[in-house]
Amino acid sequence: MPIFSYLAIPANGAKEMLCADLASLSHCEVIPSDNREVVVLVTDTPDKATEEKLQEKLKQLQTLQSLSLTFGYDDEKIKEKLR
Amino acid sequence: MKLNRRRFLKYAAASSAVATAGALFPGASFGSWQKLKNNSGIISWQKAPCRFCGTGCGVLIGVSDGRAVAVKGDPNCSVNKGLCCMKGYHSVQALYAKDRITTAKIRKNGEMVEVPIKEALDLIADKIKKTMEKHGKDSVAIYGSGQWTIPDGYVASKLFKGCLGTNNVEANARLCMASAVTGFMTSFGIDEPMGCYEDMDHANVFITWGNNMAEMHPVLFSRMLANRKRRNNVTIIDFATRSTRTSQAADKSILFRPQTDLAVANAICYEIIKNDWVNWDFVNEHVSFHKGKTNIGYGTQDHFAFKDKAESIDFEEYKRFLEDYTPEKVEKISGVSAKNIKYMAALYGDPDLKVTSFWCMGMNQHTRGTWINNLVYNIHLLVGKISTPGNSPFSLTGQPSACGTVREVGTLTHKLPHGVVMNEHHRKMAAEIWDVPLENIDPKPTYHTVEMFRALDRGDIKFIWIQVTNPMVTMPNLRRYRDGALKDDRFVVVSDVYPTPTTDVADVILPAAMWVEQEGMFGNSERRTQHFAEIVKPPGEAMSDTWQIIEVARRLGFEKQFPWSQDEYIGKIWEEYRKFHAGPKHEMAPYTVLKKRSGVQWPFVDGKETRWRFNAKYDPACTNGKDFDFYGKKNHRAWIWARPYEPAAEFPDGEYNFWLNTGRVIEHWHTGSMTRRIPVLHNAVPHSYVEINPEDAAELGVVNGEMVKIISRRGEVTMPASIRGRGVPPRGMVFVPFFDESYLINEVTLDAFCPISKQPDYKKCAVRLEKA
Repeated sequence: MPIFSYLAIPANGAKEMLCADLASLSHCEVIPSDNREVVVLVTDTPDKATEEKLQEKLKQLQTLQSLSLTFGYDDEKIKEKLR
Repeated sequence: MKLNRRRFLKYAAASSAVATAGALFPGASFGSWQKLKNNSGIISWQKAPCRFCGTGCGVLIGVSDGRAVAVKGDPNCSVNKGLCCMKGYHSVQALYAKDRITTAKIRKNGEMVEVPIKEALDLIADKIKKTMEKHGKDSVAIYGSGQWTIPDGYVASKLFKGCLGTNNVEANARLCMASAVTGFMTSFGIDEPMGCYEDMDHANVFITWGNNMAEMHPVLFSRMLANRKRRNNVTIIDFATRSTRTSQAADKSILFRPQTDLAVANAICYEIIKNDWVNWDFVNEHVSFHKGKTNIGYGTQDHFAFKDKAESIDFEEYKRFLEDYTPEKVEKISGVSAKNIKYMAALYGDPDLKVTSFWCMGMNQHTRGTWINNLVYNIHLLVGKISTPGNSPFSLTGQPSACGTVREVGTLTHKLPHGVVMNEHHRKMAAEIWDVPLENIDPKPTYHTVEMFRALDRGDIKFIWIQVTNPMVTMPNLRRYRDGALKDDRFVVVSDVYPTPTTDVADVILPAAMWVEQEGMFGNSERRTQHFAEIVKPPGEAMSDTWQIIEVARRLGFEKQFPWSQDEYIGKIWEEYRKFHAGPKHEMAPYTVLKKRSGVQWPFVDGKETRWRFNAKYDPACTNGKDFDFYGKKNHRAWIWARPYEPAAEFPDGEYNFWLNTGRVIEHWHTGSMTRRIPVLHNAVPHSYVEINPEDAAELGVVNGEMVKIISRRGEVTMPASIRGRGVPPRGMVFVPFFDESYLINEVTLDAFCPISKQPDYKKCAVRLEKA
């Protein structure tokens, strides 16, 4: 059940479309900046498979220029470490 | 919505990304976060003014699971444009310390016992009634605050002045702003600054008069520095009695001996006239000259009374008066070189430079506070640098609503929401709006703050209700007033959010809602009224100070005057209060407008805010057909006053050989009762200290952190030394911040005050030091 946050940089002039694209995806929450060309994306997926599918969808977005990870948390990985 | 572990992690993830964005994209704002639909609702944001100084920064309060969890600057607020200081960013943590007062307490057999709040309110009403029956109406009093909301102060004034018939209403703004008020009234006939913060974006020269803006008004100071960085023609002069962070950031630091700012201001005027830098067009059209009484005393004895008497003089007489203040003569009094006096005069006198003067406590907490306010106005008036963008004598406020609640609502003994109790027309207006008999409103003022606590000590006042302030830390010559409050037949009610030395002397403690736990309005330094909603619920039985007063008023039989329901009372109170200020000189914005915006400046006329008063281009109240109209005075002119230099009430001598100066630090708000409960602020400055000049410390044999005893004629306190810290006093002066109740520095200070404003001087008394 990973939770990640990213800074999403839109393709030129496509911030609003990027927000709409991201908001339409399941497990995504979008926080656009009011005054800069940057969008905060928070993802919360239930399992590894869903996470991988979401990653694929994000890669396909034409409105997205780049995605930078700022925060990551994964229950499963922590459990593995504890075992 | 519950903040479970997963939601917390998502909030942390979002916060991390927002913080990273802020680092990579300076100035990035996420203010519309709360407007997004279909989001998780991790956090919702609502606007409020910050409560930790008089600047009035707009903040957005982030709420999750009914709890305020985050703060960010409001990019839509013109005051701070998204920036906050360290107190602002951490402000919501002040709501949640473990020892928050959540239930009422009554002293029974010497012990404070928890009771239902209704029982406490019943007791308060009963005590007021019985005390008045036995000792007369002026035996009861209320003492409030520049941190009162506007509705708090309004209902306090309505109950005590309108219904109970006593003028025993005062507020702690008497200790911080009274000289600014009397300065405005004597120079302009009307209160509050003519300019606004936008002056900073136009001025070429900033002179801070005894004002450590870098720590006291950090967001405004940042705006000043940003202007200097952006424009290549900006100079900052720090004119002060000790070196501070403001001095370090200024282009030039000029130190003067305590109290001698009076002489230097006159010397600047002397130079302006001598060099013919006077703006004669302005002076001839808009200024008149006056003098008042001299050798006016210091108010250190009970029942001290003083009334100034203005006499008109002509320019020639004023010019002769200034002959005692040549730069060379003043250099000897003030320690400021004649060269530096001439330099400052040249800045004010240069017609191509726009000059803004800032001041706050250094000029106001002064036994000649009214005079020094007058004298700085004199400088601006002589050169006509006033009421235009960038040309602004600007008195900054210390507290979030000293202007809104104390000065505008009039929560001082002589004041009414419009005008003064001595004026029959003003009393009639109040009686009509308040729906009380005219005879209820006493035409005689009673006690200003120092005299109010003296009256409590003497027994002339038997009952006092203290709200949103901590006088048992802040009163000068404190021991007398604490001992007075503890006397057997005194009854003290304290409404507060945390235990303090003031709740220690209480017979009843009421749990108060704090800041955004209630709806209300503040009024900031630049005539801006700022509304905030109840954003989170108050804890336990805590209720707003406004509602506490309404509950007591109803118990005393004043249901007719306080008829409002709890879900609408703030809006109703505001609309009733607005009636007092109808008209172009002070029109206030309607409630519906205040709710929508991050503050609205008055006069608010025909939907438009007034940024520069007395200037016909901006101010709809100007009616004389000229470019400026100083309509506060009957002669429609601003008054230049001949006010001399007179020494402080107490100054160093052979026995007490140091000046004591007191004040604040950026991390703590006033007595620290809130900010000392915010871990990051408390840890930054965990205790008070005494700043000593390194050479004086060496002579005493004291090193940094060693304990030093500070002794005055009134008391003593022992505290750690700070040598070469953030502030460095000159030789012969020590400085102590007053935020720490463990070191009650006001047991040492003197209760001398300005005879006109009645504001005490916390910056000057005589002490001696001993290595402890």
